[in-house]
Amino acid sequence: MSSLRWTLSDTLVLAMRQLRRIPRQPDLLIGYTIQPVMFVLLFRYVFGGAIATPGFTNYANFLMPGIIVQSIAFGGFVTALAIADDMNKGLIDRFRSLPMSRIAVLSGRAFADIALNALQLVVLIGIGLVVGFGFDSDVPRVALGIVLLLGLGFAFSWVFCLIGLASGSAETSNAIGFTLIFPLTFASGAFVPPSTMPDGLRQFAEANPFTTLVDATRHLFLGAPANSDVWMSAVWIVAITVVASGLALRRYRSLAG
Amino acid sequence: MSTDAVIEARGLRRSFGDVHALQGVDLVAPAGTVLGVLGPNGAGKTTAVRILTTLLPPDGGSATVAGLDVVKDAQALRSKIGLAGQYAAVDEYLTGRENLEMVGRLYHLSPSESKARAKELLAEFSLTDAGNRVAGTYSGGMRRRLDLAAALVVRPPVLFLDEPTTGLDPRSRNALWQTIEERVADGTTVLLTTQYLEEADRLADRIAVIDHGQVIAEGTSDELKSKVGGERLDLVLEDPEQAQAAIEALAPLSDGEPALDGTSLSTPLRGGVGGVVAAVRRLDAAGVGVADIAVRRPTLDDAFLTLTGRPAEDAADDAEEPA
Repeated sequence: MSSLRWTLSDTLVLAMRQLRRIPRQPDLLIGYTIQPVMFVLLFRYVFGGAIATPGFTNYANFLMPGIIVQSIAFGGFVTALAIADDMNKGLIDRFRSLPMSRIAVLSGRAFADIALNALQLVVLIGIGLVVGFGFDSDVPRVALGIVLLLGLGFAFSWVFCLIGLASGSAETSNAIGFTLIFPLTFASGAFVPPSTMPDGLRQFAEANPFTTLVDATRHLFLGAPANSDVWMSAVWIVAITVVASGLALRRYRSLAG
Repeated sequence: MSTDAVIEARGLRRSFGDVHALQGVDLVAPAGTVLGVLGPNGAGKTTAVRILTTLLPPDGGSATVAGLDVVKDAQALRSKIGLAGQYAAVDEYLTGRENLEMVGRLYHLSPSESKARAKELLAEFSLTDAGNRVAGTYSGGMRRRLDLAAALVVRPPVLFLDEPTTGLDPRSRNALWQTIEERVADGTTVLLTTQYLEEADRLADRIAVIDHGQVIAEGTSDELKSKVGGERLDLVLEDPEQAQAAIEALAPLSDGEPALDGTSLSTPLRGGVGGVVAAVRRLDAAGVGVADIAVRRPTLDDAFLTLTGRPAEDAADDAEEPA
């Protein structure tokens, strides 16, 4: 009915707000682009020589899907910080006092994040090509891989919306986000094959959804064996989105402070 | 219950853990009037505003604004209220114009209406020249004006202003007061919280003094002042030795205890201006030398001191609002 129309309209207005802010926050753009590039250079040239990746033509090919997945997951930090900032500046109060859709502040943010993640993807693939990464696939598969990665970014926007709302301060958001995302991305197959890890950690890394997503991206970009990784990735993305958006909306509705 | 009350709260209660922010608060504001809610930090003012603007559900009690229940009719109520808080809630990465247009769109005005309204408000708040600059570059006063403009986008019949001038310089404060007065003249009903007695005195038709989550006094500014007693005569004596003589000379004109501090003497005074003339004559006859003399009406500061047992400024340092 008309309430759906207003939800879409409000989401669009809030997404436009975020998109307008992007070019006006150069520090944020640096975080989004320079930092992942540093990670690429660090792993490719400092650690890369010591890491064997059987089945891949070079370490750059193994690394890039991993670093792209990690960067997109980490990129959500900005979302948590921005939501916490909006709360502290009273903007969330203003939005909650308006006759607008309850979910639009969060959904607007999540949709605008797709644009930021697309930008990050372009930068990362660009630097990847420079350091020796090369697609070994076809256009539909690469496109599906990009859709999957943007879907991952969308899902993690909701996770970080929830973190921002729940913590209410930039510092706490940072702490929660870092404690959550750092071990999950590193204890995975993103940077080294899990087969080299000790027992316990290896099983964790193999079951880690980040490993699933990284392997799916490797399959779609490089033709590496996929098993069920692409489907499982889609399932993870949908599941994370549904759970995180539900919790974030509930939190937004009941904000007390 | 009064029939024309636009804001009406009955027995509002709200706790945050062990902190009882509101412990049964009643507030009433008739249409087209300003209700001043006066109290120190942590008194519960912000909590009351948050409940009345649908941001926070009460634990107990009920409230209606513009005839709509703040809990049951929250969504309908939101299109009838404007809120300007203590934080100047504007997006500092958007321009003034973009901020106002965004708020217009979120009140569900059409894009063209939002644009037109933003333009009008920028002009009205002397922000036209700054309208295309991002709000992060604005001064404190400009931000508050933009914040208030955002609250007025749909010309809401009810306006909630939570400490709208805290931290503003006197000139900006005066300008903001004028704007608020213009809105009230147009029929807007306003609930205004403030720590400044001067602000409540100037803007509010009725004042509710709130402390520790309870309304401890309610009335017009004059009614509250009269609770403190009548006018006072303040003297500065040339010679502190003559204090006793001065007190004796003034005793027939006074109906309360005089307060003496060095050469400064303050005593309740009967009889208004006539009383001052009589006082001067009696002091002269008693040979008391007077360096300065003034008659003064009790201020809301005096009222606050009488009602709470502490000065408003001390009380302001008491506690932080928990929400």
